[in-house]
Amino acid sequence: MWKNTRQGYGIIAIGLHWLVAILVPGLFALGLWMVDLTYYDTWYRTAPSIHKSVGVLLFALLALRVLWRLVNPRPSPEPTLSRFERRASGLVHGLLYLLLFGVMVSGYLISTADGRPIEVFGLFAVPATLTGLPGQADRAGDIHLILAMAVMVLAGVHALAALKHHFIDRDRTLIRMLRRPAPSVE
Amino acid sequence: MHLRSLTSLSLASAITLGALAPVSAQAAPERYVIDTEGAHAFIQFRVKHLGYSWLYGRFNDFGGTFTYDPDDPSNSAIEVEIETASLDSNHAERDKHLRGSDFLDVSKYPKATFKSTSYKETGFDKSVLEGELTLKGITKPITIEVDRIGNGPDPWGGYRRGFEGRTEFALKDFGIDYNLGPASRKVEMILTVEGIRQ
Repeated sequence: MWKNTRQGYGIIAIGLHWLVAILVPGLFALGLWMVDLTYYDTWYRTAPSIHKSVGVLLFALLALRVLWRLVNPRPSPEPTLSRFERRASGLVHGLLYLLLFGVMVSGYLISTADGRPIEVFGLFAVPATLTGLPGQADRAGDIHLILAMAVMVLAGVHALAALKHHFIDRDRTLIRMLRRPAPSVE
Repeated sequence: MHLRSLTSLSLASAITLGALAPVSAQAAPERYVIDTEGAHAFIQFRVKHLGYSWLYGRFNDFGGTFTYDPDDPSNSAIEVEIETASLDSNHAERDKHLRGSDFLDVSKYPKATFKSTSYKETGFDKSVLEGELTLKGITKPITIEVDRIGNGPDPWGGYRRGFEGRTEFALKDFGIDYNLGPASRKVEMILTVEGIRQ
């Protein structure tokens, strides 16, 4: 029940999916809100600190998720899916992983541009690696925002597609990501 | 000609030529290039942090020239151009914020300039420099209190002259109105230049 089977996703995959689904829009909203805070706003220092800390943890979570995906069997695609839907969903899912890693790496490069580490909830610090590139903080910042917006658009498409499959096609696409497959009658 | 007239003519010529010859080896005013190549010039600023400490920063990229007239110092002038994006307060996140639209907005205003309008030596090693500072697209007159540090030949065949100037202005005067607290309304700038005579 933890691992995936050819029949469907295990609990770990389902759990990781929804955890990321909550954290990513949360970080996006937090990011947009925190950059408009000024010196005397209560959350001026706390909000960016939380954003960076959760971002680092998300990186670890997604790395774990990619690893888990590689060592797990892939549930066979829903039989009702067209070839286009199978291709498109594969592309969107892959792109979401890629863009998310791009967002996190670029965010990391903003704060570490001067060699400073990123503190994660005061528990540990992620050291800088690439530093001192010309305009590093600014360019990484632009990339961070653009990729984040791209992620949100793609995630929106992803969510709408899931709802389409559930309410219009009435197939098991969304259900597969909500509960484990029923034990096979073997 | 008679020998006496020749002598008088020679003497007269010598005196005339002597009067026309320059007094010093270099004709005034002297032109200097600010030694940014060797980084013997610094443009720094300091502003109070919450009223509890001084925050220093530097503009790493700038350039300029000045002329100095030892025979008539009031005939001296300086021009400096600063790349605002080169701001450096030793903190990546803070510098990113300072370069942004909340403060210097460097993508819109990539250059700041200072052009002097008058220079007056007021004491043994003190001078007053007046001029126009253009920052964030706004041009206003400022006054810089100058210390004349020194001048002379360097060990490599050149001749150098150095000054340090201080000025202070309100951030609001140049379109920076982000609320940093009541202790931080003004910024001090410290301009340290060494010029190599051309």
